[in-house]
Amino acid sequence: MKIMVAVKRVVDYAVKIRSGVETSNVKMSMNPFCEIALEEALRIKESGRASEVVSVGPAQCADTLRTGLAKGADRAIHVEFPGTLYPLSVAKIFKALVDAEKPGLLLLGKQAIDDDCNRTGQMIAGLLKWPQGTFASKISVVLDEGNKVATVDREVDGGLETLSLDLPVITTDLRLNQPRYATLPNIMKAKSKVIKKLTLQDLNVEIRSDLEVVQVIEPPKRQAGVVLSSV
Amino acid sequence: MQKLFALTSSLSRRTRSSAAFSTSLLFDDTQKQFKESVAQFAEENIAPHAAEIDRSNYLPKDVNLWKLMGDFNLHGITAPAFKFFFVEMFFCICTSKLVMYAVKLYLTSLSATEEYGGLGLGYIYHCIAMEEISRASGSVGLSYGAHSNLCINQLVRNGTPAQKQKYLPKLISGEHVGALAMSEPNAGSDVVSMKCKADRAKGGYILNGNKMWCTNGPVAETLVVYAKTDMAAHSKGITAFIIEKDMPGFSTAQKLDKLGMRGSDTCELVFENCFVPDENVLGLEGKGVYVMMSGLDLERLVLAGGPLGIMQACLDVVLPYVKQREQFGRPIGEFQFIQGKVADMYTSLQSSRSYVYSVARDCDSGIVNPKDCAGVILCAAERATQVALQAIQCLGGNGYVNEYPTGRFLRDAKLYEIGAGTSEIRRMIIGRELFKEQ
Repeated sequence: MKIMVAVKRVVDYAVKIRSGVETSNVKMSMNPFCEIALEEALRIKESGRASEVVSVGPAQCADTLRTGLAKGADRAIHVEFPGTLYPLSVAKIFKALVDAEKPGLLLLGKQAIDDDCNRTGQMIAGLLKWPQGTFASKISVVLDEGNKVATVDREVDGGLETLSLDLPVITTDLRLNQPRYATLPNIMKAKSKVIKKLTLQDLNVEIRSDLEVVQVIEPPKRQAGVVLSSV
Repeated sequence: MQKLFALTSSLSRRTRSSAAFSTSLLFDDTQKQFKESVAQFAEENIAPHAAEIDRSNYLPKDVNLWKLMGDFNLHGITAPAFKFFFVEMFFCICTSKLVMYAVKLYLTSLSATEEYGGLGLGYIYHCIAMEEISRASGSVGLSYGAHSNLCINQLVRNGTPAQKQKYLPKLISGEHVGALAMSEPNAGSDVVSMKCKADRAKGGYILNGNKMWCTNGPVAETLVVYAKTDMAAHSKGITAFIIEKDMPGFSTAQKLDKLGMRGSDTCELVFENCFVPDENVLGLEGKGVYVMMSGLDLERLVLAGGPLGIMQACLDVVLPYVKQREQFGRPIGEFQFIQGKVADMYTSLQSSRSYVYSVARDCDSGIVNPKDCAGVILCAAERATQVALQAIQCLGGNGYVNEYPTGRFLRDAKLYEIGAGTSEIRRMIIGRELFKEQ
């Protein structure tokens, strides 16, 4: 069974950004939730079948994909698009990719740390009409002949909800696993792994931007308190 | 609890790498990936223990750092494959087809060394690993360097296939620790005047004598030791031996209490009629000085990564501090004197780094120049001591307090001006070579 993992290249979480979000010289890396999704895919693979890493974005995403390959993914697909993409567009692209690659399981991070949308996974599930298990903190997959089922523990406001789903779209939460390091032998092996490049025309996807960013401002600085003489 | 662990480890990950400076000319993409990977590994697994290692003068008992580094494939970086030199030739005359072929050779050469567990890569990678580990903890870096370069690399370069098969797998996996001993209580810089004797006996040699300042001595299972098989022949009478910890007649004396590099166990070795069989001679009898001197060049190169890591660690501490510490209503980093110090620290680090990695690149191509190997560690070590002194100064009173790591950086950095040939010896080597070349 093929597992497809979506990864997003975002500003590294340890970097302090000033307002206006300059992304030119800033350290970029794989979204932490996507790392967790990739780790889960690799663990399932180590007791199952292939896993592939897909990312959507401009040319620089290649290093994020290389990191994914260095951690153990078999193949990478890079869909090139130079602008900013919002979740619905990304979801449409992934629908086209899933139709082409036919994976049995799709794993994503629950949200990206730059826009915190928390929408892409759910939208993909909607477009594909696949079941979804979001905010997963535990996943176990059964792959017998007549019985392909994923049991997902979800972290919800009321506690933990356990769902049993026919192979679905899963978005991963923080406590699912601890991502592995890319060790040097795997980094060397990744050099010869393939990154397939695709454009939106190849996938027959047309996207239009329904959202426009009007303004980005910092929250107002915290005012000093007022000392009262009595209450 | 799993929750806290996941949160705290993802928070502590790479909080310091934002201070790592871009060195785009020095490394290619793979090397950068490796550097980041080792930095993350060292930050998460070694750095948390660094202060306690220094305080207690012991490596942590609850975590086996040797095994961890072995699992991360850090020990056998330079264990080469017979195809390695072909690959280097192909890289030199690159076309895209040849590069693909070379990459395939490279990958198969990786598997050729997997019988020992090594990686078949070169000194650039080894220096990168040394730098990042030393950045997390100078002591662990020094012990790592002694194990992976002084011991493992010497076995790789001079050992017979049987010796390599016997000793390398456990050394590379981290199950066994390696060490090397050449200096004696009365033979430091004048190491060729060593008095440790190896008398010929039936089936081997009997060793008698002492060795001093042996890093990893107390814990090593496998040691490379130099002794004189022919006292009268001076330098031509030295032979290298592979010693095992359990050999009768071999023992270690008490651990040394050092100024810095505490936790990197160092001790005196004692040989009292220690029998070493013939098959444990490393290289040829009487040719030990060649093993020693050529090994010293590469040792100096790889150990030069240590002071680089310490300088980087100093900047990692100083830069956030001068931003956050305010005096006279402003962060002290806005004052020119502090900016001057920080600039000097930065340029010392970057220039030493360029020198070290350029020479590492040459050594990977087979060009080993003793002048430059001595030069890189001379340069990096002396700069590191100065950078550490400035780091303490930037932190002011806090720099003088042991709660901050700057004192440890200074004490650790100082070692590199002494070990692997003192700065004076290094100067002598370089000056003498330059004179000869005239």
